[in-house]
Amino acid sequence: MTDTTSDGPMLAADGTPLKKSLARALRLQKMRALMLIAPLLIFVLVSFIIPIVSMLMRSVENDIVVETLPLTVAELQSWDADSGELPDEPVYAAFVGDMVVAIDAKRHTRLGTRLNYEQTGMSSLFRKSGRKIKRMDPAADAPFKDKLIDVDKKWGDVETWRVIKTHSPRVTNGYFLNAVDMRRTPEGAQSQPEDKRILVKLFVRTLIMSLIITGSCILLGYPVAWILANLPMRTANILMILVLLPFWTSLLVRTSAWKVMLQQQGVINEFLVWLGMVADDSRLVMINNQTGTIIAMTHILLPFMILPMYSVMQTIQPTYLRAAKSMGATNWTAFWRVYFPLSIPGIGAGSILVFILAIGYYITPEIVGGTKGVFISNRIAYHISSSLNWGLAAALGTILLVVVLILYWAYDKIVGIDNVKLG
Amino acid sequence: MTASSSNDAFVEFERVQKSYDGETLVVKDLNLTMPRGEFLTMLGPSGSGKTTCLMMLAGFETATHGDIRLGGTSINNIPPHKRGIGMVFQNYALFPHMTIAENLSFPLEVRKMGKSEREEKVKRALDMVEMGAFGGRRPAQLSGGQQQRIALARALVFEPELVLMDEPLGALDKQLREKMQFEITDLAHRLGITTVYVTHDQTEAMTMSDRVAVFDDGRIQQLAPPDQLYEEPDNSFVAQFIGENNTLEGVVQEINGEVALVKLDDGELIDAKPINVGVGDRTRVSIRPERVEFNKERLREGTHTIKAEVLEFIYMGDIFRTRLRVAGNDEFVIKTRNAPDQVRHEPGTQIEIGWLPEDCRALDA
Repeated sequence: MTDTTSDGPMLAADGTPLKKSLARALRLQKMRALMLIAPLLIFVLVSFIIPIVSMLMRSVENDIVVETLPLTVAELQSWDADSGELPDEPVYAAFVGDMVVAIDAKRHTRLGTRLNYEQTGMSSLFRKSGRKIKRMDPAADAPFKDKLIDVDKKWGDVETWRVIKTHSPRVTNGYFLNAVDMRRTPEGAQSQPEDKRILVKLFVRTLIMSLIITGSCILLGYPVAWILANLPMRTANILMILVLLPFWTSLLVRTSAWKVMLQQQGVINEFLVWLGMVADDSRLVMINNQTGTIIAMTHILLPFMILPMYSVMQTIQPTYLRAAKSMGATNWTAFWRVYFPLSIPGIGAGSILVFILAIGYYITPEIVGGTKGVFISNRIAYHISSSLNWGLAAALGTILLVVVLILYWAYDKIVGIDNVKLG
Repeated sequence: MTASSSNDAFVEFERVQKSYDGETLVVKDLNLTMPRGEFLTMLGPSGSGKTTCLMMLAGFETATHGDIRLGGTSINNIPPHKRGIGMVFQNYALFPHMTIAENLSFPLEVRKMGKSEREEKVKRALDMVEMGAFGGRRPAQLSGGQQQRIALARALVFEPELVLMDEPLGALDKQLREKMQFEITDLAHRLGITTVYVTHDQTEAMTMSDRVAVFDDGRIQQLAPPDQLYEEPDNSFVAQFIGENNTLEGVVQEINGEVALVKLDDGELIDAKPINVGVGDRTRVSIRPERVEFNKERLREGTHTIKAEVLEFIYMGDIFRTRLRVAGNDEFVIKTRNAPDQVRHEPGTQIEIGWLPEDCRALDA
């Protein structure tokens, strides 16, 4: 025993506090554990968390205007964008000064591209004007106001300057506004014109189609999982291989196979026409639309539904059903009142898995979705690789992430996340 | 006993057979008749067919051949939920997603009983097993013994006439098991329910039952009240399975009415009561350890005695247990009461033992 005082901390045999002594004894173990996970931790940090954070930062980052046109932005501070009048000479002079520097560094076209996201025509305006401003001398050729308006009459348009001023802050909500079909104006956030509103529609479509896919996976997967869970172990294992078989084939191959199956000259249509159930001139359109996306993605995501359901159902003892029947419940009542509630954790786990996978799915909608069956992720990919509007892509990605988190939270509130079991 | 001989037969198995694979019979030619209100235990080693019989009665297995009758009507084609039989399962099978009260209410709900009536019956059933305060709990929050009581209450709450119990006490510790044994029999007799109880624990079977059916190899080896089962086993399986038993092997020399002369393998002659053997048959002679006598004065005149060597003496408190070598058998045990004047045999001493011929049964080998 150690000589502990009644009110002091417990002491170890050598007189050091017991807590400290214990911590020292455990430190080695903790270090060893940390060493074991360190490679993965570093890998995840470098290749996953840092890129994601920096990508998310891009959704609000807007350094380019102020860095390319520092003097202009400073001069524009004192200009009242709502006055309806053009800025004064100092703004034009500052602009030419900024542009000459920017043209030298070939940064002005990038700025044009950036501002083009907000107002079409900006990109060509900067490119064309650049060639002429290049020949100006900021020190000798003043005043510039009329000269610039000569270069391109858009410099005499109040709107051009309003766009520059509106998007000059370093941090902007512009991308997020764009992501929900709105735009940043000097008067505040406004809706996009009717013909440009596509993203909210795409978000809603992504959500609805993901729900439909999750629902069809539940309907198709539940009976399969039930059979698997109730068969003898050996037969179940063989059938399980069949369930997992799709994983052995490339996703691209499987999706392309659906193209062969579903297209108008495809296997299913040919068969139906041969049977006479469908007229030759009114073949079913099952590909390059929402139907195609739903069919192909349900097939691809089905194993993610079956596996958690199966492992939960395996833990449901068959005696529960027998007990229910011995108490007078019909097969249906026994299933609905006893078996089904006990299998809900599996449905929950499978649904979360399938839904989250579906909402961010890219390749299948891209191949079989046509224009009507694409998801928001296809739009994100477009902005990343084609339009190069990374800010908007980042904003869309952030919104997607937040939506998933909100749904996760709602699921936790309604069903309870501790009700989710993977086995 | 045949089915027609008793009008008060409540549960009847007639020539029932069961096979799972179409090659071997798990239950072979089962005949059984139970009167109303009886507590019958099906006892046997695992794989003897006792649980299969229970499941056929409950309706979860169908008989391959034969007839099962309940209250005079054949129930072969009646699905389990229409049989109205209460059942207690080995692992209790309480529904984990329902509270205790909801569990008990379930059989009443499926019978479309009104809410107030349900609540009253649930309360009564919970009080019956002294669990009235636990209605709002979940099964996982109860101890094994408490879950056992709830399972019992749930099987009884819809007032079935027949209750089946499949090794219900298997998961409990010894003390709790003994307490529950008493409570179950008490409840069954108080409510006048007919009970079929399955166990592999012979003590449980002996203490609880009106009659015990000993199962082995798909057949009932003996169906008798516990005392008869212990004292008058019909064959050597029952003699071996129930209680402690000494066996000596030999050949029946002659039979004179109630007494058979058996020549043991080492040449010794002993008296026994012939049960299912004839002259010239090999026999396994069975005698209970407490019926062996070494005091010649207490033996009947003219009975054969046999030499024995004391190998071991074990003091067990209430009794003495002495292990002997008898006719080449090193595992021959006698039990004597711990009385002040009782002899304590020293290992190595030679004694002579004997028994009343009616306590020694010559059974099949």
